[in-house]
Amino acid sequence: MRSVLLDLKDVTFDYILENKQSLRAVNDLSLQVEEGEYIALIGPNGSGKSTLARLLNALLIPLFGEIQVDGFATRVEEHRWEIRRRVGMVFQNPDNQIVATTVQEDVAFGLENLGVETSEILQRITESLNRVGLSAYAEHAPHLLSGGQKQRLAIAGVIAMRPRCLVLDEPTAMLDPRGRKEVLDTIHSMNRQENITVVHITHFMEEALQADRVIVMHRGEIAAMGKPETIFNGSIDLHLLGLEVPPIPRLAEMLRAEGLTIPTGILDTDDLVSYLCS
Amino acid sequence: MRSLTLGHYLPGNSLLHRMDPRVKLVSLLVLIIALFVIETFLGFMLFGSFIFMIFLSTRLPWRYFFRGLRPVFLIVLITLILHFLFTKGGQVYVRWGPLTVEEAGIYLGSFMTLRLVLLVTTTVMITLTTSPIAFADGIEYLLRPFRRMGVPGHEIAMMMTIALRFIPTLMEEGDKIRKAQMARGADFETGNIFRRARNLVPLLVPLFVSAFRRADELAVAMEARCYRGGQGRTRLRELQARPLDYYGLTTVTAILVFIILTGV
Repeated sequence: MRSVLLDLKDVTFDYILENKQSLRAVNDLSLQVEEGEYIALIGPNGSGKSTLARLLNALLIPLFGEIQVDGFATRVEEHRWEIRRRVGMVFQNPDNQIVATTVQEDVAFGLENLGVETSEILQRITESLNRVGLSAYAEHAPHLLSGGQKQRLAIAGVIAMRPRCLVLDEPTAMLDPRGRKEVLDTIHSMNRQENITVVHITHFMEEALQADRVIVMHRGEIAAMGKPETIFNGSIDLHLLGLEVPPIPRLAEMLRAEGLTIPTGILDTDDLVSYLCS
Repeated sequence: MRSLTLGHYLPGNSLLHRMDPRVKLVSLLVLIIALFVIETFLGFMLFGSFIFMIFLSTRLPWRYFFRGLRPVFLIVLITLILHFLFTKGGQVYVRWGPLTVEEAGIYLGSFMTLRLVLLVTTTVMITLTTSPIAFADGIEYLLRPFRRMGVPGHEIAMMMTIALRFIPTLMEEGDKIRKAQMARGADFETGNIFRRARNLVPLLVPLFVSAFRRADELAVAMEARCYRGGQGRTRLRELQARPLDYYGLTTVTAILVFIILTGV
């Protein structure tokens, strides 16, 4: 049995708007994420995905309810830094999360904040840049990197702090297909090889297919949750939730409607081809 | 923008390049004080030849030196003219209607000009050989004692770093906005200076809006990476003074003491 890393109990969060009205972003949400899990969080704009992400590392504090990260409650102010070093965040815009003027100094930023010794910082920079494949760029200025490289740099900066969990808020939304692949490969290898828990918010359904568990959010609540096979097998009307069914499950569904018996759980091209040809 | 050399950094490997930024900043301060203590032309000559020697040792191209002087050229010229025309005393050299150029004017004018030129030269030489990041580190360290008086040394250094980080990003973005506005028929190139300044508004407004949005997102990202100000922070680049730095500091202090004692 794997241990629970993120524990959300009846979490509610409101934004206060300029006209003093409140807007409910997350409504009475409960969720447990186990150590080493890969979670894909999908949902239309304004469904509360990003808010949930920010709640996970105490950038936002829930109005009601309780969030515990590795046993630390986000509500307690003294725990905040312990939580943030355990839950690393990567944001959508690659430019707006790089602080320093060279790649290695940006990786060092988080470590400097934690007060890590200089010799240890150097060692961890080498290590993290190796992990994301940017060792050759250590001395480069960040604005010379491509979008995918910038996002990998952001990931390097986070994993240098040795987090238990990586929360990624649409990390590939502003990237070209090649950059997307680079970043996705990096995230997956972190998850598999380092057993880092991943909460991956995305607009791309194909990205969600590779997760251990998919959570569909709608209006601040969890509308559906389960393995990708069950979420995308047609039993849940994703259209109704403002989402698109990814192409292969949709094709499988259409074939099924035409009378073919296609088992559920077929999510990518290879699976479908090998099934149809057998 | 491109002709402004103050703050421009030319990488290199000379003695001056390798000096500790803190030492360079303090030395600069000492040298500036020395410049204002000097009372004779002989003093300026000695000081000038010292700076000249250092400049040769840095192997900086001459054109950068002159480029650095360009922004202050006008000020130097005005100083010179004003002193020539309005400082009176001593022998009269030129009489032209009601205007006269007198001995004291020429003396004081050239004196002030020399002081100004040497001041700028010294500063430019230091900025050309010190990377802005090293500067920021040096400033942070030197302001540390004034922390208790409420001088936010760390914050100033952090702001400098972030500004440096975002200058290329914002330049790129400015260029992008300029092209987008030109594609919609905006005109940035014709008309007099007022007209052109007003035409810049559709470029500057989106740039500012985006800069604020970036600042907001960056602040969140920094906080997510455990940033909580300068306290308890370690540094990747720990500044370290070496023998060279002590020699340098001793030399400039000796120069100041020499000037004060001999009254040159």
